[in-house]
Amino acid sequence: MSLRGKAAIVGAALAGCGEAHGKSAMEITVEAVQGALADAGVSLCDVDAIATCQPLDMLSGLTLAQELGLNPRFAMNNRMGGSSFLSHTLWAATLLELRLADTVLIAYGSNQRTASGKLMTALGLPTYEAPYRPMFPLSSYALAADRHMTQFGTTREQLADVAVAARAWAQKNPEAFVRNPLTREDVIASRRVSDPLRLRDCCLVTDGGGALVMRRAETAKDHPRPPVYLLGGGEGTTHRDISEMPDLTVTGAVQSGAAAMEMAGVRPSDIDVVELYDAFTINVILFLEDLGFCRKGEGGAFVESGGIAPGGHLPVNTNGGGLSCVHPGMYGIFTLVEAVRQLRGEAGDRQIDSAELALAHGNGGVLSSQVTNILGTEATL
Amino acid sequence: MEKEPGPDAVFAAKLAEGVFEIQKCGSCGTHVFHPRVICPACGSANLEWVTPSGKATVYARTVVRRKPERGGDYNVVLVDLEEGVRMMSRVDGVAHDEIAAGLKVIASIGEGADGQSAVVFRPEGGAG
Repeated sequence: MSLRGKAAIVGAALAGCGEAHGKSAMEITVEAVQGALADAGVSLCDVDAIATCQPLDMLSGLTLAQELGLNPRFAMNNRMGGSSFLSHTLWAATLLELRLADTVLIAYGSNQRTASGKLMTALGLPTYEAPYRPMFPLSSYALAADRHMTQFGTTREQLADVAVAARAWAQKNPEAFVRNPLTREDVIASRRVSDPLRLRDCCLVTDGGGALVMRRAETAKDHPRPPVYLLGGGEGTTHRDISEMPDLTVTGAVQSGAAAMEMAGVRPSDIDVVELYDAFTINVILFLEDLGFCRKGEGGAFVESGGIAPGGHLPVNTNGGGLSCVHPGMYGIFTLVEAVRQLRGEAGDRQIDSAELALAHGNGGVLSSQVTNILGTEATL
Repeated sequence: MEKEPGPDAVFAAKLAEGVFEIQKCGSCGTHVFHPRVICPACGSANLEWVTPSGKATVYARTVVRRKPERGGDYNVVLVDLEEGVRMMSRVDGVAHDEIAAGLKVIASIGEGADGQSAVVFRPEGGAG
């Protein structure tokens, strides 16, 4: 049995992106839920399964049910970091297809910027890494970037070009948090944090939330907006701690991408728009390679000089990404919301012409969990 | 009732006495680090403690940039031990910018962030 095209996203919304003064993570989450339900034309009482993951609340699935006044058949709380929401969609489709649920709500919210000004996480340093004081999670990604540069000759300029492309997209997105111009030189001149990564290689620290409503394909057209169908999905988990990652230049996106594309029956060259979890600039290079958009080691050349910027050969992170649009700590759900907007043709100045197929990809931990979703319009069924 | 400490506690106790040991699987011969209950290569619980040669090669390195008043810069590396296992550590006795993938290093017992015993490395041949 395949999940291809069996379920669809019928509602999507963001809330509290940027700064949401005086609001808790759960309050931002509930605002996003309100938006997604309104977008879907679904009443709260119809929701019979929920999935969430919150920065600090280990039982957030239960908290969300409580805040919404729901007694859901399933309260999912599976937690793999920022990739969690792209896994939630796969479980949602599974519950829908098995008729264990009829309307699934996926939601997230975080107030890390206004509450703490930095990454808010319940995680501590791993036992066998703590004595050496790596910055969490930044140094793990810095080590991956260093290895990629050593092994493939990826350059400092190529890393910078990922951030420059994100900013160029953000300038087309009125909802993006940072929209002032950014050049390659600006990135390379920004403060060193954990070599080779500099400040502008790092995602933003913002507040923000997002929510999605999913239903079975057979009822997906009963809603106000065009359905966005889940065509394929896959996961890859290679480690928890960076010191246990088998090869720092190859992520679990090899596995998750291949599984998602096989289920969807598509190839990388079929994809119109790509939304990747860009916690750091190196992520985009790694994921483009591992998902098959270019060969291993050629990601640097792929992104160089506007390759993924507006007008480039592949539109990547059209909202401005975690680097320039929004990054409340677990960015995965924003890849899905932006993919939905692109496939509905709602993306304004940044809209990709005739976008029919989108790839959304989430990263969790320190390159540890990779989850890929392929989404499509009705024409792709 | 099982009273034997687990492999994390055994490793820590050895390290506190200045002894660096890793595990080796008695069933498939794979060396194992970090310490585990079962071999991640074959699933066997037949893991024994062995002394590694201490020889290693830097696999990747970063330098965390800190202002002098906050303690200054320090390096963090991943090293591959000759036995085939990887660990996070730090390389002492050489300028941070001279540490790069491929550098041959030797293990010793030094101090970790909180003053606890930690495995650290120096360039082979005492360079720097």
